[in-house]
Amino acid sequence: MNKKNSKFQLNKTTKSNFITYLLVIAIYLIVQILLAGGHMSSLMEGLLVPLCIYVMLAVSLNLTVGILGELSLGHAGFMCVGAFSGAFFSKCMQGAMPDGIRFLLALMIGAVVAGIFGILIGIPVLRLKGDYLAIVTLAFGEIIKNLVNVLYIGRDKNGFHFSMKDSISLHLEEDGEVIINGAQGITGTPHDASFTVGIILILISLAIILNLIHSRDGRAIMSIRDNRIAAESVGIHITKYKLMAFSISAAIAGVAGVLYAHNLSTLTALPKNFGYNMSIMILVYVVLGGIGNIRGSIISAVVLTLLPELLRGLSDYRMLIYAIVLIAMMLLNWSPKAIEWKERVREKYFSGLKFKKGVK
Amino acid sequence: MALLDVKNLTISFGGLRAVDDFHLSIKKGQLYGLIGPNGAGKTTVFNLLTGVYKPDEGIVKLEDKDITGLKTIEINKAGIARTFQNIRLFKDLTVLDNVKVGLHNHHTYSTLEGIFRLPKYYRVEREMNERALELLKVFDLDGEADYLAANLPYGKQRKLEIARALATEPKLLLLDEPAAGMNPNETGELMDTIRFVREEFDMTILLIEHDMKLVSGICEELTVLNFGRILTQGKTSDVLNDPQVITAYLGE
Repeated sequence: MNKKNSKFQLNKTTKSNFITYLLVIAIYLIVQILLAGGHMSSLMEGLLVPLCIYVMLAVSLNLTVGILGELSLGHAGFMCVGAFSGAFFSKCMQGAMPDGIRFLLALMIGAVVAGIFGILIGIPVLRLKGDYLAIVTLAFGEIIKNLVNVLYIGRDKNGFHFSMKDSISLHLEEDGEVIINGAQGITGTPHDASFTVGIILILISLAIILNLIHSRDGRAIMSIRDNRIAAESVGIHITKYKLMAFSISAAIAGVAGVLYAHNLSTLTALPKNFGYNMSIMILVYVVLGGIGNIRGSIISAVVLTLLPELLRGLSDYRMLIYAIVLIAMMLLNWSPKAIEWKERVREKYFSGLKFKKGVK
Repeated sequence: MALLDVKNLTISFGGLRAVDDFHLSIKKGQLYGLIGPNGAGKTTVFNLLTGVYKPDEGIVKLEDKDITGLKTIEINKAGIARTFQNIRLFKDLTVLDNVKVGLHNHHTYSTLEGIFRLPKYYRVEREMNERALELLKVFDLDGEADYLAANLPYGKQRKLEIARALATEPKLLLLDEPAAGMNPNETGELMDTIRFVREEFDMTILLIEHDMKLVSGICEELTVLNFGRILTQGKTSDVLNDPQVITAYLGE
């Protein structure tokens, strides 16, 4: 019985993870079929890469919000860091190495730089709790966005020049070029992003997060979420694991940023893409999909990204309907009465099938 | 040689001397009780022993090693584990995972081995599962291994807390009011479990308790605290018949 029990444990999580991967692959196949059949409008096609970006952002934020249990409102800031460091690298190295390798390196650099920012910001921020932590992460997100807006970096034969004032004060030689041009950002980043790359990156992010959750470190992170004092009493290093979760979450957001940067010809840090609006939108995906529910984050990110486009025919009313759908979905998913009703239906019609959460 | 040796332990909160000149010596294998009226400072003593508070004065030695003022996790690694008066389980983790968190520092693999699912991950996880189930079996919880800890009945939650503490392989186990909120039947069962834990794991146990039946039933020696100071210390039967103790509990 012992053996059986422990095996059952492993199987159950493996199965659940498997379904999540399968879901992503299914989305990929459906899109490929639609594309091949020519059933996809060019607008929808343009949404495919952003879709992957939002899924990665939602999944990575869920690591902070759901698994670590800390409300972060600065996730777009890490995306911004990843986007600019990745694009900067690509811009500098364009032509110096094969495109594939350059893009791969750009992704890694985005991840590492965003991860380092995660650690640096995490050290002060993770000392706070709850609302205070949320507000401070929001502030850091805005700081990052605004710093990038006054950043000027240029290159000429003497090497790199750096300024926080304007592009003239870079004092470039004649052959020099401005790489990051303050509020105008980076222009001419190579267009390397594609839906396929996005899906591969989603699968890798998922593998990292799901494997982390179902490992020794993941349990330690969740134990801190559930009861910090008890976790400490059984020898869990609180700061270490909080920083681990926070920086991995930031690193994946950074990768999403690199993907974002390589999908546009001009990368600028605007309130729209890297501001707190974005952070809150990612948080909406996470909350709607279920805090701590990775698969839910994927589904809600996909649905909420496609919804405004699908409703485009309704022109002026589409954002209104979007908001109403959002409210309805939240109520249906999370109000106690709705949950009760779903349980009843499940018991009535599916009592033969053993559902995963037999004990609730 | 005493396993735990505490001398002159003192802490004040503002003007209040919560624990004053506390001393205690527990031999290996002993079942020791810490009793006293509400607010006497018993839990504060536990918090001092486990590094939640730093003492203003005094020395705590575990097996002759000075552990005074160390951090909670270092004290746990040195060999003191505890349970809490108000149960503190990892509610949204399964019963099995609660114990596996306790095994965290004894069965290790690196983060990368976990993320890349290297062979060591599978080997150590299997070891952890087996060890955790063994521990759960001792407390008759192996049937509920897949339940969320929050869904266990109260008595079993208390047992799970003890199992989790034991998973850290302590030398000394601190139990903070293990019988709180239990009916006489459950308390009786708990007494058997505590005795069993001592035999099976060769454990030294220090417990805080109000239930006199439990205290007189299993503790060999007692310390009575009142207003942060030691009222009396000694063999259980002597202490419980001490008129001073009776006065402290029942009033003049």
